[in-house]
Amino acid sequence: MVFKAPHEIYRRRFSRNLGVGILLVGFVALMFALTVVKVTRGDPLKGFDHTMEPVTTPLTQKVTQP
Amino acid sequence: MADIALNDTAPEPGFGDYVQLLKPRVMSLVVFTALVGLLVAPVPLHPVEAFAAILFIALGAGASGALNMWWDADIDAVMKRTMSRPIPAGRIEGGEALGLGLALSGISVVMLWLATNWVAAALLAFTIFFYAVVYSMGLKRLTPQNIVIGGAAGAFPPMIGWVCATGSVSIEAVLMFAIIFMWTPPHFWALALFMKEDYHKAGVPMLTVTHGRKSTRAHILAYTLALVPVCIWAALTSIGGPFTLAVAVVLNAIFVKGAVDIWRRDEVVSEADKYAVEKRVFRFSLLYLFLQFGAFLIEAALKSYGLGGW
Repeated sequence: MVFKAPHEIYRRRFSRNLGVGILLVGFVALMFALTVVKVTRGDPLKGFDHTMEPVTTPLTQKVTQP
Repeated sequence: MADIALNDTAPEPGFGDYVQLLKPRVMSLVVFTALVGLLVAPVPLHPVEAFAAILFIALGAGASGALNMWWDADIDAVMKRTMSRPIPAGRIEGGEALGLGLALSGISVVMLWLATNWVAAALLAFTIFFYAVVYSMGLKRLTPQNIVIGGAAGAFPPMIGWVCATGSVSIEAVLMFAIIFMWTPPHFWALALFMKEDYHKAGVPMLTVTHGRKSTRAHILAYTLALVPVCIWAALTSIGGPFTLAVAVVLNAIFVKGAVDIWRRDEVVSEADKYAVEKRVFRFSLLYLFLQFGAFLIEAALKSYGLGGW
């Protein structure tokens, strides 16, 4: 049985699909790496409107009961 | 039979055609200058953030390249140098280039913001706007000063790189911008001198067409002379040092010598040796920018060993 050689158009289409696939995987990897870097750096995760929330600040003195 | 039917439909571009749409050669210059701007900044950036920043600056430059190719497809089809670009060659439809350009513009600006800071992202957005709208749509076909104004877009990357690291613009960033801004006119006008038929055919008001070639030669010399103090000043700031200053003096001396050579020649002499001097100065101008920015980088490396800097 003789197979016909595929048309050149399929090669171009494949190159496009492969390129987009690699780019997407690369983008996801970069997002993951960026997230890891930003989260592990220790910037305050909760600090809305330039006001620190008491729950996020370390406890420096004992809370006295009334 | 199905193959024949497929050929009659819309063009089927390969991945390389899209890459070509982003002007990879311009992108390589953008990557290099932005990287220098980022690395010579006094604030270190995490390698992953730095990589992301350079990537998205390059992507923004590519986006403006795609928008430029979409708008200038009619000019590109006429000029010998550009007629094999994807749109005039019929490999990609104009609308597709517009879509890609707009999408990549948005992605690059937002991602640069997330990766670094909003000032850098705003500068990148302005650069894309400046190149695609102000230069390509506005001034390129209107004024022979198009190269001067368009050069500003190409001058922004090192400033964006600096801002990615520091979060603000400073004199060093402005001077790196100014070096590329002043370098662009002599670089492109030297090219225009030996590519004359092309711009003339396309009707783009290049200085060579509107003011004549003698005036263009004088302009090359004027801008090259104006470039000298900018480079020397940059070498005297915090990103410079004795090494950078020495490199700047040597490079500018050679560049000015080349510009004087171009200025002294006339068309008869140039035609006789097929624009040998103009071509030599054009090639040197590329090397000039590479070495000038490379010197900043080496100076920064020396500083980390306690050797360079003032």
